[in-house]
Amino acid sequence: MIRLSINGKIHQVDVDPNTPLLWAIREQVGLTGTKYGCGIAQCGACTVHIDGVAVRSCSFPASAAAGKKITTIEGLAQGNTLHKVQKAWIEHDVPQCGYCQSGMIMAVAALLKDKPKPTDADIDAAITNICRCGTFQQVRAAIHAAAKA
Amino acid sequence: MRMNRRSFIIGSAAVTGGLALGFRLPFGGPALVRAQDGSPEITAWVVIRPDNATVIRVVRAEMGQGTITGLAQLVAEELECDWNRVIIEYPTPGQSVARKRVWGEFSTGGSRGIRQSNEYVRKGGAAARMMLVQAAANQWGVAASECSVSNSVITHKASKRSTTYGKVAEAAARLEQPKDVPLKDPKTWKIAGKPLKRLDTAMKVDGRMTYGCDLKLPGMLNAAVKDCPVFGGKVKSFDAAKVEGMKGVKKVVQVGDSAVAVVAEHWWQAKTALEALPIVWDEGENAKVSSASIAEMLKAGLDAEQAFVGNQNGDAKGALAGAAKRIEAVYAYPFQNHACMEPMNATARYTPERCDVWGPTQNGEGAFAAVLAASSLPADKVDVHNVMLGGGFGRRGTYPNDYVNDYVAQAVLIAKQMPGTPVKMIWSREEDMAHGRYHPVMQCKLVGGLDASGNLTALHMRLSGQSILAAVRPEVVAAQKGRDPLSFQGVFESGEHSFSYTVPNLLIDHAMRNTHVPPGFWRGVNINQNAIFIECFMDELAEAAGQDALEFRRKLMANHPRNLGVLNAVAEKIGWSKPAPRGVYRGLAHLHCFDSFVAAACEISVKDGNKIKVHRIVAATDPGYAVNPAQIERQVAGSFVYGLSALFFQECTVKDGRIEQQNFHQYNSMRIAQMPRVETILMPTGGPIWGGIGEPTICVAAPAVLNAFYRATGKRIRSVPLKNHGIELV
Repeated sequence: MIRLSINGKIHQVDVDPNTPLLWAIREQVGLTGTKYGCGIAQCGACTVHIDGVAVRSCSFPASAAAGKKITTIEGLAQGNTLHKVQKAWIEHDVPQCGYCQSGMIMAVAALLKDKPKPTDADIDAAITNICRCGTFQQVRAAIHAAAKA
Repeated sequence: MRMNRRSFIIGSAAVTGGLALGFRLPFGGPALVRAQDGSPEITAWVVIRPDNATVIRVVRAEMGQGTITGLAQLVAEELECDWNRVIIEYPTPGQSVARKRVWGEFSTGGSRGIRQSNEYVRKGGAAARMMLVQAAANQWGVAASECSVSNSVITHKASKRSTTYGKVAEAAARLEQPKDVPLKDPKTWKIAGKPLKRLDTAMKVDGRMTYGCDLKLPGMLNAAVKDCPVFGGKVKSFDAAKVEGMKGVKKVVQVGDSAVAVVAEHWWQAKTALEALPIVWDEGENAKVSSASIAEMLKAGLDAEQAFVGNQNGDAKGALAGAAKRIEAVYAYPFQNHACMEPMNATARYTPERCDVWGPTQNGEGAFAAVLAASSLPADKVDVHNVMLGGGFGRRGTYPNDYVNDYVAQAVLIAKQMPGTPVKMIWSREEDMAHGRYHPVMQCKLVGGLDASGNLTALHMRLSGQSILAAVRPEVVAAQKGRDPLSFQGVFESGEHSFSYTVPNLLIDHAMRNTHVPPGFWRGVNINQNAIFIECFMDELAEAAGQDALEFRRKLMANHPRNLGVLNAVAEKIGWSKPAPRGVYRGLAHLHCFDSFVAAACEISVKDGNKIKVHRIVAATDPGYAVNPAQIERQVAGSFVYGLSALFFQECTVKDGRIEQQNFHQYNSMRIAQMPRVETILMPTGGPIWGGIGEPTICVAAPAVLNAFYRATGKRIRSVPLKNHGIELV
């Protein structure tokens, strides 16, 4: 059993210690907003926060996350108040298919925590998630809008 | 901001089994149809709930392109309903069969979602409005023509009475549908034609949207599958005992004659066990095929005697023989995977009496046919419940050749071996890369002839390569005496993909060379390579003629005013007539495809001779009508990400009969740092034909960039992807 703290709730999950955190979150805990895209930390669809840092959960063993504070897309809002990145995403109508957007939003939320007013170069360096629909133009605009919010 | 601003019921309808439409025949009136919650259906497209909310039915699949929003705008425009109270619902193919295809075609490809259903969905909305108004007029004893309607409220001004759609819906549903249903002049649109927000955004920013991979059914198990890596190969044997004791593993099953699946409590367990499972394949003759052997076969086609003609006038070969100057070039385009963000998946529950499948499909009816074939059950005992697609791009089209071994059929074949238990099958990314329906491989030899004044007098464009239709719709190819008309997308003799130049002596033909690698539709498909072939070669011809690339094209476009319109628009906006800033180089391209007219002009710079920065792309599109300008801008910009990723990075190579690339580290995709600024010019010019949006612009970015790269470096690149030439996108 591994003890995971996810979105402020404690979950005891029965998984092999090498099971990626992604699959423990999706299958044992049942939170499916965090997506599987590649399994090798290339695409970022599985991005969550571990102790406030953006981590690609498909390549992070569940056992290594024990005792740490995990936040998924479902836990980004504070109650009924959306995070400013989520608000900006709605305002700029960012998602197309939306499958990558949970990871994209989590990566951006972590960036804004480190750099509240990121430059375009900061965005280019920090946001390396793949989006096959190609929402990048709206993503950039929404990041700057969220930084101003 | 409240999180649940809009309800969006695709996910929940999918899990509860769809609309469960009920039928009742009231005395003397037409059939009254009720939705699952009891609300009356006014027309097949419109259900009005008692609380005045409007349910709009959509059967085209949403994969990010915005079709559910655009189609709903068209229905709502004619219906005059309250846009803020619109809910989208997916009818199922099973319901379609039961109701004689009342919603028309489900298939969502070829940029057809809006352009080919706009008329009947608008009529579905308009007819419902007429019935609702008539019901109110009947109640008040006044003429319907004296009533006005706006935002789901009907008003009779003379008597100062008003009511809502919700209040008259029951009565309206009992009225005969009008036969004569006039539609609004698009110039008067208030909902359609406006840059409204998408209907499905809120659930995509907080993890609530349910994709196929996210489905949960009571008692559900999970499956991982591995198909023979060599296309056409078969399973020889597998040693189930080696993994049956692994944690969570429930069953190891063969899937058809070519695949094996592990079913486990959780997917990660299934995948882990599948990787440990010893499987012996009978790879067959195809194991000898390689990219090199395929390229050789295609190369021979470039000069073959036999070829199918797609476009011809005058005497191209004769005129080329007599030309003052002859220019020749050979281009090539590789196999490419779609690499949808969400890998292929489907969830099936089978009993000997019934089979239901939940999952992402671009073609509910195709998936339905696959379930029929795989389950061997009759049409009234099966159904398919579509969900939000995590990308499609053509991959989830489910064509007849996929009824036996693609993902939908596989899920059924697995579930069939565990009757009563729902099984969710998800492909790993590696499986998704290994078993795509690939962008066809193509080579092209172009020969142009110039007269002494530098006019293009003759052009021969010889395609050699794979046909999609020969694989997926052989009956269409047979009806064309062996020709695949789609091979000529953008350069065809007539129709939605007609060639946008007039050349006095022209021959465009195709030596069909099919391979064992299964081809499929792929955002734009053949316009991607055809635009590179023709538009890069036009630049080559212009240079040989000593003329400006734009001026050279314009002389051949007098009969193609709408293409000329978009080309002129991008040239003007990029500043073609003025010198580019120092170190910046420009290129342009245009095409006519999916009944839209598209052009792009770009500005790039090149560092160290091989690092391309695309600063800016100006893109013009004339789709006839624009249903949602904001979503069109997003489709244009997004299409360039897909198209430029393909140009710079993407190739599926074949070794020992199988695809070599396994994941994104070998099959890269553009990131935000590489995204150029995209400036969209939307210039709809009306007319009788509606053009597509999702695909057309994808094809113009690549040739524009290649033409700019030549101006920057003097190097003419004639094969994709650019990584093979040591060229990077920065």
